[in-house]
Amino acid sequence: MRAYLTKRYRFSASHRLHCPEMPAEENRAVYGKCNNPHGHGHNYFVEVTVAGPVDPKTGMVCNLADLDGFVNEKIVKRFDLENLNTLSEFAARVPTTENLCVEIYEILQREFHHAEVEKVRMEETMLNSFEYAGGREPRH
Amino acid sequence: MVYLTRKAEFSASHYYNNPEFSPEENRRIFGKCNNPHGHGHNYALEVTVKGEIDPRSGFVVDLKELKDIMNREVIDVVDHRHLNEEIAEFRQQIPTTENLAITIWKWLSPRLNVARLHRIRVYETPDLFADYYGEE
Repeated sequence: MRAYLTKRYRFSASHRLHCPEMPAEENRAVYGKCNNPHGHGHNYFVEVTVAGPVDPKTGMVCNLADLDGFVNEKIVKRFDLENLNTLSEFAARVPTTENLCVEIYEILQREFHHAEVEKVRMEETMLNSFEYAGGREPRH
Repeated sequence: MVYLTRKAEFSASHYYNNPEFSPEENRRIFGKCNNPHGHGHNYALEVTVKGEIDPRSGFVVDLKELKDIMNREVIDVVDHRHLNEEIAEFRQQIPTTENLAITIWKWLSPRLNVARLHRIRVYETPDLFADYYGEE
């Protein structure tokens, strides 16, 4: 029986939305306040959804200790209290929450093997959220 | 097709233990959740149904009826109960959030004749939830 398990994590980071290929005026027009050269920060929420059959011996899709251990080590520790623009992941990409959401999904897809990774949903603020399921339509 | 979700809350206790595992294995796999005295949660249940809008009533489902079914079939059964000790389904299986979602689906799906069940979501805490969509 296939079930879905979602766990919510949080971290805080700063970023500046700026595309070096655009002239300064275009950057200001496209990104508005987010183009402030000093950057600004958010308290991000990350929801990781894993899926798979429920193991009859444990009753679990995935042991939460494995999921928590991985996400805290590889994602929260990597991004918490960092300036996203200074990280290698964003050397060639603007650190929008869209790109951050895709990056986190790809880390999980590549390195987390205890269950299928269904999707990543991120909240940048209480009013903005983003979801990525590897190009598939996320299950709702 | 329109989807409609109704929430409810219940509080219950549980613990995780598989008698086929040794005590050490149970402690290693289930960690603190293996405490034999149990521990509790304030659970939140979301029931999502789907259907076409009835042109006369404007409803997908009569919410009063859905609320009554949820209370009778789920909340009255599990609220302020010990899931392992008092719920027959959890004598054979571990009362994880995943199994709770599947069990609630099995309780509710035969009782909902007005709209089709789409999803059962069970929050164990505000940061952890399980979803079940029936057999896929």
